[in-house]
Amino acid sequence: MQFRIPEFIRNRAFASACRLAVGAVIMLAANLTAVAAPMPPAAENVRLDDAPDDAGGVLIVSWKTPDPTASAGIVIERSATAAEQEKDANALWIEVERLGRDAVAGVDGSYSLKGVPNDEDTRVRVSILGIDGELSEFVESAPARPSASLFSFKRLPLLIVVAVVSLSVLVWVALARSGAPLKIRRIAALDAVDEAVGRATEMGRAVLFVPGIQDMNDIQTIAGLTVLGRVAQTAAEYDARLEVPTCRSIVMTAAREQVQAAHHAAGRPETYAEGNINYITDEQFGYVAYLSGHMMREKPAACFYMGAFYAESLVLAENGNSIGAIQIAGTAEPSQLPFFVAACDYTLIGEEFFAASAYLSGERDQLGSIKGQDVGKAFAIVVILIGTILATIAAVDADGSVGVWTESVVASLRSFFGG
Amino acid sequence: MKQRNEQLPPGIRGFLIRMGQIDRRWIYLAVAVAIAAPMLARLRFPEVPGRMAHATFDAIESIPPGSRVLIAYDFDPASAAELEPMANAVLHHCASKGHRIALMALWPLGKQLADDAVRDILLEYHPDKVEGVDYVQLGFKTGNEGVIKLMTTSIGEAYAADASGKPITKIPLLEGVRTIGDFQLIASISAGTPGAQQWVQYGDSAMPDAFKFVAGTTGVQSSQLLPYYPKQMEGMLIAIKGAAEYEMLVTEKYPVTRSADRLALGRERMGPQFVAHLLLIGLIVLGNVSMLAARGWKGAAR
Amino acid sequence: MLQRTIPLLILSASGLVLILSYFSPITETWSEQVVSWFNILAGVAFVLGAGNLLAVNLEKISSKRPGWAYAAITLVSFGAMLVVGLSKWGSVPDAKYPNVHLAGSQDSTQAGYGWAYEYVLSPLTATMFALLAFYVASAAFRAFRAKNLEAILLLGTAFIILLVQIAAGAFLTNWIPEDSFFAFLRAESLKAIVTEVFQTAGMRAILIGIALGTAATSLRLILGIDRSALSKG
Repeated sequence: MQFRIPEFIRNRAFASACRLAVGAVIMLAANLTAVAAPMPPAAENVRLDDAPDDAGGVLIVSWKTPDPTASAGIVIERSATAAEQEKDANALWIEVERLGRDAVAGVDGSYSLKGVPNDEDTRVRVSILGIDGELSEFVESAPARPSASLFSFKRLPLLIVVAVVSLSVLVWVALARSGAPLKIRRIAALDAVDEAVGRATEMGRAVLFVPGIQDMNDIQTIAGLTVLGRVAQTAAEYDARLEVPTCRSIVMTAAREQVQAAHHAAGRPETYAEGNINYITDEQFGYVAYLSGHMMREKPAACFYMGAFYAESLVLAENGNSIGAIQIAGTAEPSQLPFFVAACDYTLIGEEFFAASAYLSGERDQLGSIKGQDVGKAFAIVVILIGTILATIAAVDADGSVGVWTESVVASLRSFFGG
Repeated sequence: MKQRNEQLPPGIRGFLIRMGQIDRRWIYLAVAVAIAAPMLARLRFPEVPGRMAHATFDAIESIPPGSRVLIAYDFDPASAAELEPMANAVLHHCASKGHRIALMALWPLGKQLADDAVRDILLEYHPDKVEGVDYVQLGFKTGNEGVIKLMTTSIGEAYAADASGKPITKIPLLEGVRTIGDFQLIASISAGTPGAQQWVQYGDSAMPDAFKFVAGTTGVQSSQLLPYYPKQMEGMLIAIKGAAEYEMLVTEKYPVTRSADRLALGRERMGPQFVAHLLLIGLIVLGNVSMLAARGWKGAAR
Repeated sequence: MLQRTIPLLILSASGLVLILSYFSPITETWSEQVVSWFNILAGVAFVLGAGNLLAVNLEKISSKRPGWAYAAITLVSFGAMLVVGLSKWGSVPDAKYPNVHLAGSQDSTQAGYGWAYEYVLSPLTATMFALLAFYVASAAFRAFRAKNLEAILLLGTAFIILLVQIAAGAFLTNWIPEDSFFAFLRAESLKAIVTEVFQTAGMRAILIGIALGTAATSLRLILGIDRSALSKG
């Protein structure tokens, strides 16, 4: 008997169909294998809570990862806002972040969801990413909405410092009013104002006052204008010409008021010349160029630099020095102090500059506030000393029980003060 | 000036006393020569990278490629001579490492300087970089430290669009970026206020540990910023010296073949600084010798 | 009375709001409002300043006071930049709205404003800043004289910093072994000691003093104890 292969098997079309079928079976088997791979366990206890100590706009997403070893990451999605849904009605969930392995390395995980609207509910859903890239089921949180905190507890240490300084100032103002003895050391730079203005008068030259290059929202400009009041009054009494070129328009207006008031106080309102107080330019080096040229041409006999100064400090002070003017400076910009100290006759350093107003006024209230400020300084010194002693003990006795204890105290203090 | 009319002793002592009262214009001339001559001769001296340069380099190196970096050009042309070299090197470093870079400015004229850097550094050495994907120019925003404060809660509030007017929601690089906390590193090249100090006070303190912060600063401002290192600042480049040291580290790891001079500006400018410092030392010595000569002469005269 | 009382009330209220908003996040938007008001005021005041600039310089020119030519240059420059900036002369057309002239960009040197920035303002400001090099030299020559102990300390510190900031510092001290007792005399160590120990310690003390001074001054102003910054009228 002869075995014959049926005709249809020898047919080419049949062979192709067979190949396709085999391919399909293999593909199906492969897919079945994929489907059969274990899906990572879904996240548990997904919560959405308001972030503390902020102005709103932030929610904290937290979850539990049931099996960290089988998890490679996490996908976080948030519900679309009303505005987003208005644009696209199909946008229900928006992917926020795909976090890596670190986010699911432990059982508890969290994420800060920022830019959340304060006035509508938001939900999130999370899905654990498996080792092979497969996603678990999404688990949804309950809705939440962020709110602004009434008080920021992380700023409590600073509030304590502010309270200590403010209270000591207020207490000393009250004590000063009740007649407690107050003594303030002499500030040579302020005592020299009369001498400088007097010299300018004798020489028949002008007095130049530069109130810094910042606007009225800088406390140094305000302190500078206070000194201007005193300089202007002395100039009015001596009948010396006072020039105040300013870098900001509002400063020009405020300076005019100061000088006018000083002329009234000196009993010589008629000598007030508004035209001597001018606005030059907001541009730092344009202003410096004007001042340098003006100083070289007009050669004022006394120059005052009182306010916020930056790179121009040395340019001004050296120009003033080259024309032989008496120069008195005052600033709270630490980086410019060395230049003024090197090139000027007198310099009000930092806090002296702020004390000038109280010093010049001679009012008991104001002098009391300086005393209060000193209490704040004593507080700072005590805190620094305690910290230094504790840190030294911790370093010297690093392995001993005392050292370990002080180290923990230092660590707690650091974390409290945010250091 | 006063002593010029007095009778000065003859000889060396008289000469030294006179030198102590030398007209300041001679000093200006000497400084001009001390700066111009090495500049023209392209004098360069070897630099040894210091701790700060290494710290800054390591901070940028430590974040993975593709990280988002924000570089703030908080300076203007006045201080460009001192700060531009380090700004260039930081930009080249970030681009070479593969970071995605956002540029911004808190100073009005900083934006133009950032534009120049994009043209001369970023696109010159990294022509494959695509705007919007690899880098974005946010431009200048008025409001000083207020801008930083705003960016800690919402970048969109401060910058609705980039400098070319494209809404930031449509810029791939800024996808998912809501606050500055979404950047892995911030660098402020700073000449004053607002600048690095404000980034620490309003940015870093509002979201500590959210990003690494490095600064480039002028020599004068550095003393104010030193207290913030290393707690709030991971690294700091101080003046031309810092730029020169950092340039060495960057170009050693990421060398460039053409127009390499643009990444050697710091080292080039250390030449004039070298000679000028020696001149200053000489002038100080001269001033003191003259003072001693005058003191001895007055003592003898008495 | 009104001239003093109303500004004082505004000052106190603004100051308190700014302090409150720092500690109470719920009031953060209030402080943003206060800052916005100041920005608006400063913007409007600029008109006042520009008016003053015009008046002063026109007066100088008309009365032919010494240096009146500088006043003329100031006014011409002021006018030219105002016209070029507001008219967006030569601006590069915007890609989205190429037909809207005012939508164009002024940043490139093709635009008049960009050109003036690149070729006039930049070199001028850089020149003014560069003058510092000359002034530093003349100030150092005059100030660093060993007149007393403090001056000698200052002089010594200046010497160290001037040397270690250049390659000469390393050249002079690199022979000292890094692991020897005298390693602190190497340039990089000397620089670190001076800047990170002495300078930082001094700077912190000055900064604490300034911070306390600022706080006390602000408190005096907010509580109306110090009224020197207000109108006396």
